[in-house]
Formats: sequence, C-alpha cells, structure tokens
Amino acid sequence: MMKHVLEFEKPVMELRDKIAELKRLTENSEMDLSDEIQKLEKRLEKLETDVYDRMQPWDRVQMARHPERPTTLDYIENLFTDFLELHGDRLYGDDEAIVSGIAKFNGTPVTVIGHQRGKDTKENIRRNFGMPHPEGYRKALRLMKQADKFKRPIITFIDTKGAYPGKAAEERGQSEAIARNLLEMGGFTVPIICIVIGEGGSGGALGLGIGDRIFMLENSTYSVISPEGAASILWKDAAYAQKAAESMKITSYDLKDLDIVDEVIPEIRGGAHRDIQAQSEEIKQVISQALEELEKLSESQLLEERFNKYKNIGEYTHLDL
Amino acid sequence: MLRDFFSKKKRYASIPSQEAKQDVPEGLMQKCPNCQKIFYRKELNRNMNVCPHCDHHHRMTAYERLEHLFDEDSFVEWDKHMISNNPLDFPDYEEKLEKDRLKSDLNEAVVTGKAKLQGFDTAVAIMDARFRMGSMGSVVGEKIANAIENARKESIPFIIFTASGGARMQEGVLSLMQMGKTSVALQRLHAEGGLFISVMTHPTTGGVSASFASLGDYNFAEPGALIGFAGRRIIEQTIREKLPEDFQTSEFLLEHGQLDKVIHRHNLRSTLATVLDIHSPGGEE
Ligand SMILES: [Zn+2]
Repeated sequence: MMKHVLEFEKPVMELRDKIAELKRLTENSEMDLSDEIQKLEKRLEKLETDVYDRMQPWDRVQMARHPERPTTLDYIENLFTDFLELHGDRLYGDDEAIVSGIAKFNGTPVTVIGHQRGKDTKENIRRNFGMPHPEGYRKALRLMKQADKFKRPIITFIDTKGAYPGKAAEERGQSEAIARNLLEMGGFTVPIICIVIGEGGSGGALGLGIGDRIFMLENSTYSVISPEGAASILWKDAAYAQKAAESMKITSYDLKDLDIVDEVIPEIRGGAHRDIQAQSEEIKQVISQALEELEKLSESQLLEERFNKYKNIGEYTHLDL
Repeated sequence: MLRDFFSKKKRYASIPSQEAKQDVPEGLMQKCPNCQKIFYRKELNRNMNVCPHCDHHHRMTAYERLEHLFDEDSFVEWDKHMISNNPLDFPDYEEKLEKDRLKSDLNEAVVTGKAKLQGFDTAVAIMDARFRMGSMGSVVGEKIANAIENARKESIPFIIFTASGGARMQEGVLSLMQMGKTSVALQRLHAEGGLFISVMTHPTTGGVSASFASLGDYNFAEPGALIGFAGRRIIEQTIREKLPEDFQTSEFLLEHGQLDKVIHRHNLRSTLATVLDIHSPGGEE
C-alpha cells in the first residue's frame, strides 16, 4: 500500500487495508467473504468520494507536498520524447533545483524547464529541496532565449517552496535573476505554457511562471507566502497555518476564481501520485489544446494577449468624488 | 484636523532633554536613529531629510520627494483616486487601509504622474513606506503599470523611487501577480527603446526588489538603504549563521555588482538630470 498517508485520508487507507486483508484471507481458505467484501468496497467508494471530493485548502497543501507527488522529471518522462537535459547558466554554475532541456511534444520541438525537488534526502540535498539560486533562474533564462531564437514553444513546470533565502543567493542577485525572467518572459515571441504541479511558492515560482496559459493541477497551490509564513506574520504563530491556508486563497480553484489561472487540471482521485501515467495523459491534452490555440496567433497578437492577461489581474476601485 | 491641533500644542513644549528622547514629540522634533541626535523637523526637511550630523538618509514621503527633486508646479498626478478593495475578504484589511489613509494622507502606497526634472518630461512613480509599509497590492501594481504604459505612449522616460517591504499579504496571490504585471509592462517599454531609471530607497525588499526595482536601465540607490530579496531573519535561520552588519545595504549591493551607483540624496537631482540629458534626443540646449 501507500507508504505515506496524509492525516485526512487515513480512514480511506484503513478501509482499503481491511479490504485487501479480507481478500488475502479468502484466497487461501474455504471461507466465502465476497458479500462482506462487496459491501466494504461500496463503503470505500462512498468514503473516497466524501474525503477526496471535499478536500479543504489545508488538505490540498498536504497533497501538494506529498513525498510521492510526481516531480518535473516524472512528467517530462511521461509527456515528452527525446528529452535532452542541458546544464549551466554560463555565468556561475549549474543549479540542480531547476532542470531544463529540449524535447519533443507530440513530435513538435519544445523547450522544457521546471523546478526539481528530490525524492529522498540525498537527492533533496543535491537539488536544494527545489529552491533555486540565481544561477537556476539564469540557466532557465538562457534556455528560454534559445527557445525564442529557434521558435520552440516553452513549457514550464512550477514546483517550489520558493527561491532559496540564503547569503550567497543574495550576493549573486536573487532579486535581479527573478525580475529579469519576469521581464524577458513578457517578450518572447513563442508560446509559453506554465503548469503548477506542486507548490507554487512566491517569487521563486513566478520566476518560471510568466506565460500565455497558466494551468494548475487540482491539488497544487500558488501563494505569495507559505501558510506557515503567513501565520507567523499575521498571528505570530505558525500553528495557525491551517487558518492561513484558508484566508490566503491558495488552491487551484481559488486562483481560477481570481482569474489568474486559465484552467484547473483535474487530478486522479487521491492525488496525482496514484497514477502518474493517467495524470500525464490529462496534462498532455491540456498542453496540446493550448499549443493549438496559441500557434494560430501572430507574434504581436501573442505579446498583446500576454500583456493584457497580466494587466487585467488585480482588483481595485476608483473613488467617487 | 486632529493632527493640527496636536502639533500646535507641541509648539509650546520645551526641547526635550537627552533622557526624554524616547518621547520625542512627533510633529516638531525628530531623533536620528543613527547618531541619536535630535533636530527640529524643519531643519531636517530643509536638508532633504538627511541628518546634518551623520548623513543618515531619513525616510521621505512621496510628496516631499516630488517637491525636492522635480521642477516646481510641474507635477500632474495620475490615478490619484484609485483605492484597494478587499478581494480575499481578508479580516481587518479595510480598517488597516483606512487607518493608513488617514495617517498618511495618501490613498495608496505609490504616487504616480507626469513631472519635469530640470526641464525634462518624465513619468514618475514614488512609493511611500508610510502606507502599509509600501507593500504592493493590486493598486500599487496597477498604478505603476499605468505609469509605465503612459511613459511608453508619450515616449518619455520612466523613473521610479522604490520603498517597499514587498508583497501586500492581505491580497495574497493577487499581490504576487503584480510583479508579473509591472515587469511585463516594463518589457513593452523596453522593446520600444524606452528609458527606465530605478532609484531604490530604504527599504526595497521582497517582491518589489524581485521585480521592477531591479529592472532599470540604470539601477541606483540611496546610501544605507536596505535592499534584498529575503529577510535577514529568515536567511539567518536558514543558513544558521549571523550575517554581517552591512548585509543587504546599498553599499553591499554595489560591492556585489548589483547596482550602477549609490547616490547621495543631495546629488540625486543633478545625476538624474545628467542621465536624462544623455538620453534626450539632441541633448539639452
Ligand atoms: Zn544622524
């Protein structure tokens, strides 16, 4: 069974285990428990609906951080062919918190870039837990410029707690590296598609996140600050993270309501990690459709629409005098 | 009104002694946080809010900056009456906005408009940290993006004076997206050959530092300003070491190649005029 069980899905997992055990029992005995099993399976179906169709913001935060949640490299493997990873920013180093390269999507050449978490402690240390330094953003920029030159669409996967808050990162211009990407991504004349697959943490997420289409997996989050960070600032206590997750409006559906995200990509019940292939298929369709729409636009239409997309985000009022 | 009453009353107060310096009356006197000396506010203001003793650059309000740096009566304000909604229905946000509106006489944390600097037309945006720490919500993002667009349409330079703690938390991810809005607007200005000068003042951090503030054709800063992406406390917790005293100051950024120049406030007008002149078609007559 699953190695990692989240708090809110415990009842589901317990029932699943029970059914599995009954099945095992009947395999090697004369007992006929098929009626009982059938009943339990019905109950499981109902329980799963109850639990997964009514996930609260905090449940989704947990799901977005699930240790088994598919990463950028998992999706690259399932969505593209001929992926060739390319390294380094040509200025300082190679930041493994971001992976990037060229590949084919349905036979079309594309450039793919994404934050990359590790799957275990060792890999997480190498990849700095998916929290980039400036050289990561500059590597991404280098490859986006290359994509622009050779007229390849750019597809980015967003999955980071944030840009790394470290001394060296500040010294090498973390602010400038992120800011530069925001500006340049505003001007590339190839389609840019951004997909939030896990945590979309603040400026560090946005640094790969300016595009013509912004999609979010159903159980991903996108926020200006982590719920824990917000709680410690607003209520001086990180324990209020759950409350902050609700107030801050960080789920995929919240962002759809705020007109930031174009589409929520439905997840496999119980989370994307339950079936990476099926999940990739869902994503594949969304990318195909978006590319088809965007390739019809002229370069100037593409830029105009991208500008308007961002210009329209926000809510304000003009005072009546 | 209420404020007038209090400041009049204070006029009869005697100059506070060193011992009483904690309770320096707000209206009339001001203490320099750097050298601890106390001055008449007027004296400080005449010196462009730079401490006459230690050169510490005190905060300046948006309108003070306009008055000191731009040509007299040349300012025409844009979007003055744009105010924030409470898009996330965030608890207490409206009250906080109202409080800051009364306190600062501003509708939001940035003032934008068209003004002349030594005869040169400019589109200008001046942030004011008295309003919600200068944080960037929908209104700040929209006003700055509009100013950039106006600069582009009128083919005039865009100058910004940043002063911001970063994101407006009460507007959540809408606040984050203003980084995108302003940067994409700057891209359009850039693509048409428009000039953008960024002047970072104390403090310029977080999402403002990681968007327009760092994107000038010229990135300048006032001396001693705090400029950085992540907060000192968070960095110290992350790397488990104490950071040097001058970490994330203007001078630190200059040393690390992140700034074109640190400019004393007294020289800001003339330096900006020089840049504008070099960029003006045919030069100044
Ligand atoms: Zn002083």
